[in-house]
Order: sequence, then structure tokens, then C-alpha cells
Amino acid sequence: CGFRISPREPCTYIKDSDSSPVEYRASPQRLLTQSTLHRNSILSSFCTEENVQECLFHITQELASLGLSPVGTGCERHSELDVVAVLNCMNDLIQLHRRELRTLENMEVEQLKSNSSIDYLQITSTQLKEQLELSKRENTGLLERERQLQLKVKSLENHLKNEKEESEHNMIFSLSCKNFRILLRTELAKSKVEQHLWKTDKTEARHEGEMYKTLLNDYDNRQRELLLENAELKKVLENMKKDMVSILKTKKTKEESDDEDIFDATKERVELFSDDAREKLTNGIRLQWRKLKSHVERLDNQASLVDISARSNKDSVSRETHEEEMHKLRLEIQQCKDYIRMQQQLLQRQLSSPCDEEVTSLLNNCYMQQEKERLKGDWKTLEEQRKIFDRERGNFTEAAIRLSHERKVFEENRALWLKHQFLNSSPFPDSSKPQISRLGRKVTARQISFCAVTLQCHLVYRLKYSQVPVVRWANQKIIFNRLCSHTVV
Amino acid sequence: MNFSEVFKQSNQLCKVSPDGKYLATCVQYRLVVRDVATLQILQLYTCLDQVSHMEWSSDSQFILCAMYKRGLVQVWSLEQPDWHCKIDEGSIGLVASRWSPDGRHVLNTTEFSLRITVWSLCTKAVSYIKYPKACQKGLDFSRDGCYMALAERRDCKDYVSIFVCDDWHLLRHFETETQDLAGVEWSPNGCVLAVWESCLEYKVLLYSLDGRLLSTYSAYEWSLGIKSVSWSPSSQFLAIGSYDEMVRILNHITWKTVAQFQHPSSINNTKAVVYKEVEKRPAVSEDLSIHNISMGSTLFSTQSKCTVYYPPTLNRAHFLQSERVRCRVLCADSMASVVWVWDMQKMSLAAVLEQTAPVRCFQWDPRQARLAMCTGNNKLYLWSPAGCVAVQVPAEGGFQVQSLSWHSSGDSLILLGKDHLCLCYMETEQEDK
Repeated sequence: CGFRISPREPCTYIKDSDSSPVEYRASPQRLLTQSTLHRNSILSSFCTEENVQECLFHITQELASLGLSPVGTGCERHSELDVVAVLNCMNDLIQLHRRELRTLENMEVEQLKSNSSIDYLQITSTQLKEQLELSKRENTGLLERERQLQLKVKSLENHLKNEKEESEHNMIFSLSCKNFRILLRTELAKSKVEQHLWKTDKTEARHEGEMYKTLLNDYDNRQRELLLENAELKKVLENMKKDMVSILKTKKTKEESDDEDIFDATKERVELFSDDAREKLTNGIRLQWRKLKSHVERLDNQASLVDISARSNKDSVSRETHEEEMHKLRLEIQQCKDYIRMQQQLLQRQLSSPCDEEVTSLLNNCYMQQEKERLKGDWKTLEEQRKIFDRERGNFTEAAIRLSHERKVFEENRALWLKHQFLNSSPFPDSSKPQISRLGRKVTARQISFCAVTLQCHLVYRLKYSQVPVVRWANQKIIFNRLCSHTVV
Repeated sequence: MNFSEVFKQSNQLCKVSPDGKYLATCVQYRLVVRDVATLQILQLYTCLDQVSHMEWSSDSQFILCAMYKRGLVQVWSLEQPDWHCKIDEGSIGLVASRWSPDGRHVLNTTEFSLRITVWSLCTKAVSYIKYPKACQKGLDFSRDGCYMALAERRDCKDYVSIFVCDDWHLLRHFETETQDLAGVEWSPNGCVLAVWESCLEYKVLLYSLDGRLLSTYSAYEWSLGIKSVSWSPSSQFLAIGSYDEMVRILNHITWKTVAQFQHPSSINNTKAVVYKEVEKRPAVSEDLSIHNISMGSTLFSTQSKCTVYYPPTLNRAHFLQSERVRCRVLCADSMASVVWVWDMQKMSLAAVLEQTAPVRCFQWDPRQARLAMCTGNNKLYLWSPAGCVAVQVPAEGGFQVQSLSWHSSGDSLILLGKDHLCLCYMETEQEDK
């Protein structure tokens, strides 16, 4: 057996009781390089000169266990080595050894083979494992894909179902729409849901037509409203004019001659829509308004003049009392009018109501009595009023006569004064004579003017009944005043 | 005055049907239709997402629910609850959606106002209108539902297109003399279209139905211009509210001003009645049901100061909508926390209502001269020529009235809070003090 002992390598060997020498595994190569020294060292330690017999015995036993013939001849204690036997034994041992070595080699080769096969198997196993993993992964991937595809399939199925449902619904919807359309057509509402028409010129023209119709309607409405407004305003203007004319009716001067013209214009109602008539109307109103304004101004002036002189004169009638009386008269007139209206109503009622003849005659009698009495009363009051008016008229006429007298006197005085003036006029102003005469003249002038003023008051008061042209009088007074002022200086 | 119980709503979406029978509210993504008289739920619809806008069709048969985020519009039918319709604008997005006057077309405005899509529910036809303008009021239908006026912007110029609503046929297309058109509005008789500029310039243009320019009105230059425009119900007057704190009324014959109303901080008018809201100190018992508005002195012989500050945020002229009022047509205008009411027959100030908080919403009763308003607290204020009253809404947990709207019959009011709504039924007597 080969030993390989290297001092560095740890070597372990087991010494058996049978003391079979240790067998080291060694490579065949190393076997050849074994030095005999090593062998010898072990061998030397095994057998020494003292224990030859024991060694011989031991070896014989060993050989026997191995199946080889014993090497020693002799007995147990004194056995001697048979060289031939020893050599044979050695040869056998060597053969055995060689055989062992060979088997060892074979075994080693086998082991190598098996190792390599193990390695190979390991490699293959890892490869297979890897392959297995790959295939597993592939498998999972495929599973995943399969799952996804299944999902897709499901969704597509659903989609298909939905589409089917929708198409069904659309059928129903279009049907219901038709119903709606029919409903809408039967309604009277303004919604115009019509069938889908092709856009042709006809439809365009229709649309244009409708649009213009709407606009025209709007304009028509507006024009109508404006016409109505216009007519109302014209009516108002005419009424105003009439009122103004009636107010100014009492003044009868030459300037009032175009009253007739204005009246004519108002009567021609048919022609009010022409420009001419419109102008006439507006001009007429403007004219009337101006006259009224001037009249009112004049009255104001006169009233103010009356106010100035009214307080000192007892006979004269103050403006306030005049107004009060006018107001009273107006009230009376209104009352009379109401009364008359009431009477008329009663009369009508009586005439139209079918009653018993007796009752009616009785009633009539009663009414007649009542009426008679009322009439009597009214007559009385009217008579009184008439008397008052007559009296006043008498006063007025007296005043007028007086005035004419005074005027005559005044004229004479004036003539005298003028003559005097002319005769006495000298380049050198005289203190005594003209003054006295002037004073006297002044006094008379003032007196006359005073009378004139009072007379005018009377005239203003009895405006309706006056026959004297007041305007001329007023002008004369102005001239006279101017003359007086001139001479006084 | 009776108040109903409080219901949930979201997004201030709560509308009465035009025929006055139903009340539709949106709660998150659900649409609830109730009967107005009994408030019982009649129908319940579920939409696909939270509803941004809801509108009744003119014949009260359909309701449209628009979800702007999803770009979807769903139409529900009252008669046939099973029927449903979904309009999907797709990737182009949806910014606004509305009915046409005949109740059978839906007009969707896409994102960035690229186009308006007209979907027909009857014929399934789709029409497109290009270049609509995104402005304060770019689209208006005439009151009889025949014509639609649309503001357009092409090549940096403003145009107005008039469509016939029958078949969406373009009737007229004309350029307007504006720099930046802000809005269009039809007169109630449908013959005149008022077009106004943005607030940088004061300019109102009046066009006839056939596209002719009738008149231009400009009160002043070089200052902020028009805030809002409102027609009178008879089409005789046009009220223009502007940033100089004045309301100008134009007449329809000469298109010149008939009156100019100011909003002075001191009033020198002996005939106007001033109502001032005064917060009463709560009594010890803490039992307050009605806060009455104390009447200020009715005669202001000397110039008295109502110290009110007017930030020019709210200046809306609202004409009385109905002319069935026997007495007079009134015009109400609000500036911050003060509401001014003018009598149009006398062209003078009728009343001034001064509140403690800015007025959020005010609306005329459709049948009579009664004005309802709210200021964001829990009270409802009513004014009529006879008097004024403030009523607290009796709801547990407080109910802040954000906006209100009248029922078409004038019998009830719908009050909208942040998340809730409440109905207020009026008594049959007209004036309550």
C-alpha cells in the first residue's frame, strides 16, 4: 500500500487492535514517488530486533487473514523466516497490492466518473430548474393573458348586449318620438317641431317672410299706439282752445274779428289730419293763448290800480268784495244748474215710469206744487237780483251822465286853460300869476282825473253792462296825465 | 306664510318645471323629481356622475343633466322613466349645455368655446355652429322661441348670427360695431336685439330683427361702462346699469334716455320710503320668531346721510316681469346692501331698502309687485308697495339663504341654502305686515 505522508498535511490514522496498517488514499502517481525512507520508517518502528517473533507471528496471522500461506516456518516461539515463502508472500502481497491499487484506480476512476456525472447532473439539474422557472413564468404569463382575454371577451359580450339593447331602445324611442311629434302637432302651442326639411329656397323665403311679418306687426302696433296718442293730444288741444275762446268771448274789439275763423277751423273735424289743419290748430291755440295772456295782464294792471285808489273811496267797490260777490254769484249759478238738472232727471223719470194714473196725478200735483213754490222762490230771488242789477245800472248810467258832464266841463276848462296858457306864456317866468292859475288848474285836473278813475272803477265793476268805450277813455287819461306833468314842470 | 321641511340638494340645482307642477333637485348624482304641492317624490333618476347643470325642457316633459367633467349630458323623460338618453361629447369637453326653446334640441358648448353642437332628440341629427364667442351672455333665445341670437368671433371681429330655431337655418349674419362684444339680449317682443360692449367702453347697439342697426347709445367715454342690461316686459324701455352708479332708461321710439336714476348716498326725495334693517338685540327669553324691519322716517326734508359704501359689485336692474300689475311697473336695482325701487310711471324713487349685509339675490314676483330678497343670513325679506317684512326661516340648525326663486304662479318661493332647500308658501292675502 502506498503512503503519502507530507509533514504539512494533517494526517490521521487509526491504529487498530488488529493493527492493520493504515491505508492512505493516494494517487497512483504519488505511489511511484514514494520514498522507501517513509516505508522504512514505519516498518522500522513496527519490527525491531526484540519483537521479531511477535512480529513474525503477527504477520503470519495477518497473512492468514488475508488468505495467504504463512511465511514463517517453525513454531510459535522460534519461528524462522522462510525466504521463499516470504518472497512468495511478498509477491502475493505485491500482487494483491497491485490488484488493490488497480481496484483503487478503478474506483477512483469510477468515483471521478460519478463525480463528473454528479456535476453534470447538477448542472443539468440547475439548467432544468432554470428551465422550469422559465416555463413557470411563461405559464403564469400565459395564464395572465388568458385571463385578460377572458375579460375582454366578457366585456365584448357585454358591449354586444348593450348594443342590442340600445338598438331595441332606439326603436322604442323613435316610436315614442313619433308619438311626441304627433302630440306636439296637435297642441296649440307655439313650438314648431316639424319634419326635417331640406334647406331649399322655399324654406329660406318662408323664414324671411315670417321675419318681416313679425317686424311689420311690431311697426303696425307702434304706429297704432302713436296714432291714438296723437288723437288724444289733439282732442285736449282743441278743448283748451275752446275754453280759451269762450273765456275771451266777452271782449268785443276789432281785434277779436278772427274769432269766426277759429270757430270755423274747429268745426272742420274731418280735415284735422292734414298739415294745413294741424297748422291752423296750433296757430289758433298760440293766438288764443297770447290773447288770454294779455287779457289777464291787463286785468291784473287794472286790479292793481283799483287797489291803490280803492281804500280811500267809500263808493268804490274794493277788489276783494268784488271777487267775493263774483264767487257768490258763481256758487248760486252752480246751485241753480244742479237744481235744474235734478228737475230734469225727475221729469224724465216721471215720464218714463209706468205708475197708476191716480198716483201719478197725485204725485204730479205734489211735484207741481213743490215746483211752483220753488219757482216762486226762485222768481223772487231773481227779481231781487234784477232789481239790484237795474239799480246798479241806473247808478252806472247816472255816473256816465255825470262823467259826460264833467268831461264837458273839463274840456271847457282845458280849452280855457290852454287859451290862458297861450296868452300868458312869456319868455320870463312869472311867479305869482301862473302859479295860482296852475294850482287852480292842477286842482281841477286832479279832480277830473279822480273822477275819471272812480268812473273807471265803476266801469270795471260793471264790465258786462258798460257801453262806454273804456279803452279810449284810458288813452285819453294817459294823454291828459302827460300834459299835466308837462305843465307842472 | 308656511315653510316646508328642509331637503337636501347639491350645487344649488333646484328648479320648478315651467308648468309649475314639479320640482326637480339634484343630490350629488341623483335627480329627484317631486310634486310641488305635496313634495312627494315622484321620480328618482341616477346619473353617471355628479351633476353640474340641470334644466327643464320648455314643455316640462324632459330634464337634462349635464356633467361637465365627464363631458356627458343625460336626458330623462318624466312620462317614460325607462327611457334614457346619453350625449357624449368625448374628448372635446363640455362647458355649457342648454335646451332649445322647443324642448327637442340640446345645445352643448364645447371646451374653449370651439363650437356649439346642436343635438336633435327627434331626428338624431347633429349640427355644428362654429366660432361662438365666450362672453357674459353670448347666446339668447327670443321669448317666443322662434329665433336665436349668437355672438361670434372670427378673425378678431365680432359678429352676430340670427338662427331660426325650427331647423337651425342661418337667417342673418352681420358684423357689429363693437370692439369686444359682451352680450346680446332680445326684447320681449322679439323685434329688437340689444348688443352691448364689454365694460371697458360704454356702448349699446340696437339691431332690428333683420339685422339693420337701429341706433347706438353711448352715455360717456373713457370710463368703465355697462354692467347689466334689462328690457321692460312691454319692450318699451331698456334699462342700462353702469359702473358710474347710475341706471339709464331708454325709450323704444327714439332710443334716447327718458330718465337717469342715481344711487346717491343721501336722499333728498320726500316721496320715497326708506326701509332700514335694524338688528334687534335679542330679548332675554331668546324667543324670536320674526324680525320686523323698522321703517325709517318717510319724509327726508333735509339731506340726510345713509352712510353706505358702494363697492361696484352688484348693480343689476331687474324689471318687473309681469305687466298684469294694476298699479305700476317698478324697477329694482341693488348696490351692495341697498336695494332701490323706482316707479316707472312717475319716473321717481319709490323705496330704498337698506340691509345689514350685501344682498345676494333678489327677484320680482311674476304676478304682482312684490320683491323677495336674501342677504345670506337666515331671513327672507319681502317688499311690496304697501310695506316690508322680514321672516326668519324656521329650520333647525340654521338655514342660510343663498339664493331664491319664485314659482311661476307667485304662490311660493324656493329658498336655496348651501346644501339644503326649503319651500315657502305665501298666504293668499297680498300684503302681510
